[in-house]
Amino acid sequence: MRILSTLFAGLLFGVGLILSGMANPVKVQNFLDLFGTWDPSLAFVMGGAIIVTMPGFWLVQKRATPLFHDMFHLPTRTDFDARLLVGAATFGIGWGLGGFCPGPAVTSLPLAASGTLLFVPAMLVGMMIAKYTAKPAPRALGT
Amino acid sequence: METDFTPITSLLGGALIGLSAIVLLAAHGRIAGISGILSRILPPHVDKAGLPQGIIFLVGLLLAAPLWTLATGATPTQVVSDNGPLLVIAGILVGFGSVLGNGCTSGHGVCGISRGSARSIAATMTFMATAFVTVFVLRHVVGG
Repeated sequence: MRILSTLFAGLLFGVGLILSGMANPVKVQNFLDLFGTWDPSLAFVMGGAIIVTMPGFWLVQKRATPLFHDMFHLPTRTDFDARLLVGAATFGIGWGLGGFCPGPAVTSLPLAASGTLLFVPAMLVGMMIAKYTAKPAPRALGT
Repeated sequence: METDFTPITSLLGGALIGLSAIVLLAAHGRIAGISGILSRILPPHVDKAGLPQGIIFLVGLLLAAPLWTLATGATPTQVVSDNGPLLVIAGILVGFGSVLGNGCTSGHGVCGISRGSARSIAATMTFMATAFVTVFVLRHVVGG
């Protein structure tokens, strides 16, 4: 069950990305193109995700522990630092340029578009550069 | 290139993403942040505890497109730019930025906002802003 639940979560996430249109970089860029071929669909993706996640997380956290693990690994930091904002700003530029963020890029790998096959290794290199150059955060968000 | 406005499937797809985040938190106490899951697999290894589950999650993610194709008889609709250098630069920026900023669209944008995290709300507003500006420059200033 431990393995199946994680595999199921990954599959669900990927199918959600495909169904929603997030796995189509042109659609993502159209969402970001307010003054051109604007497609507001992706606001509904984030809306749909948050409508489900917010009450779901609230309910789950009423439990003392997760089902198959002894503790919740939740980010605890509340401070703002330059790394958070510079990192997010950099991420946004890359997201706009390629129309890919990490989840959709990985989901798109089996479709083997040439752009995806370049983007994903470059993304992994970028991640390693950040890991080697920046000190590890005390408790990472989004992990 | 124009794309169709798809509020219903986008909302449903978003709901599936949310459901996935709930399953991961309920089962393993982990946040469904793809950049975090990916970067933990890469060296240098700091947090090994979540590593096996992270790899299994990624396998699930990789199975989605093939299973989608099997189930619907059509490959997922996708148009990826064939501008190689642009995608390499985009990839490096996305990878570097998401690790430096401790999250991406999923970790900050979905899970973080759902938890009411001020850091995630600030990060999401920041990357949305730079992404809007980037696409404006790319399509209306440079691309013309």
